[in-house]
Amino acid sequence: MSAWKLFFIYLKVGAFTFGGGYAMIPVFERELVMKHHVIKPESFYDTLVICQSLPGAIAVNFAAFTGYKLRGYTGAFASVLGVILPSFAMILLVAVFLFRFVEEPLFEAFFKGVRLSVVALMFLAGWKMFKRHRSGFGLFIIAITLSMLLGFSAHPIIVVVFAGVFGYTSLTVKAVVNHDASR
Amino acid sequence: MTLLVSIFLAFLTIGLVSFGGGYAMLPLFERIVVLDNAWLSMERFVDMIAISQVTPGPIAINSATFIGYQTVGVLGAAVATLGVVLIPVTLVLSVAHFDRSFQQSRIVRRVLVGLRPALVGLIMASVFSVATSAIIDWKSVVILGVLLLMLVRVKAHPMVVIVLSGLLGMVVYS
Repeated sequence: MSAWKLFFIYLKVGAFTFGGGYAMIPVFERELVMKHHVIKPESFYDTLVICQSLPGAIAVNFAAFTGYKLRGYTGAFASVLGVILPSFAMILLVAVFLFRFVEEPLFEAFFKGVRLSVVALMFLAGWKMFKRHRSGFGLFIIAITLSMLLGFSAHPIIVVVFAGVFGYTSLTVKAVVNHDASR
Repeated sequence: MTLLVSIFLAFLTIGLVSFGGGYAMLPLFERIVVLDNAWLSMERFVDMIAISQVTPGPIAINSATFIGYQTVGVLGAAVATLGVVLIPVTLVLSVAHFDRSFQQSRIVRRVLVGLRPALVGLIMASVFSVATSAIIDWKSVVILGVLLLMLVRVKAHPMVVIVLSGLLGMVVYS
């Protein structure tokens, strides 16, 4: 698969997938696994796990990883550029042509309504994730991070670092304790 | 020029710690873009999230492009977008290059066990601050209830709900 081909595949997915990075994943699967057969199904999911474990937008990470695997650094560059370009162009168009009317009363009224759907969509996304973390450990971390953010307006970076360190430490301690107990 | 540099650095930072992608990175965007630098007002910030939902592409790219453009113009958009992808892409490429060891790494696995529930906390905190700026009177509470019902009961497509909420806003608030 040439770098050009990669570029166009990612450009297509980038241009026609609405609703953020996660919406792109099934489309990537259809294109790369089922249609072009360049990635095996099992390595598709391994790649997904790796991309989710690293910071950054999952769609961009995925493009970089698969692009590199298939065609080296050129492939990675072509894939990332392809996946970014449509959203970059669209947002510029919106910002240039649409947002100059933002002070108009009718426009402002429109966005007063739209903001409420953002609340609804984000709440439902958070709720869906919440349901997957109802263990004592998960609830504990959710409670602590929420109170850090809302109660003490802690910096999100501090919250992320805290959660990572806490997860690592508690699992390491648990592993040591279990190891001792089994002896 | 200094503004361009500070935008680049701000988005580099966002790229470095934006675990979980999507909504989970919004509290950090809000902190850096709205609170620390006042590049956007909270209302504009929420509008931008909505626009990211109805335009194609990852929310991180959409936001970086939008904020970069609003502050410096097209060059700012390019610099912010480059900034937000630079560190993640570098990390992905190094993992892709060295492979294996990463996925099985015990350290990474244990850190992630702590991070995953924290992402829920980050999203919920963001919902709270978005709601504070979006809910302005009792009418907006009613609209919010209608939208939630549409999403949960009718399973309407998010884009349909966004457009409809805008039309409702025009009817109610103008």
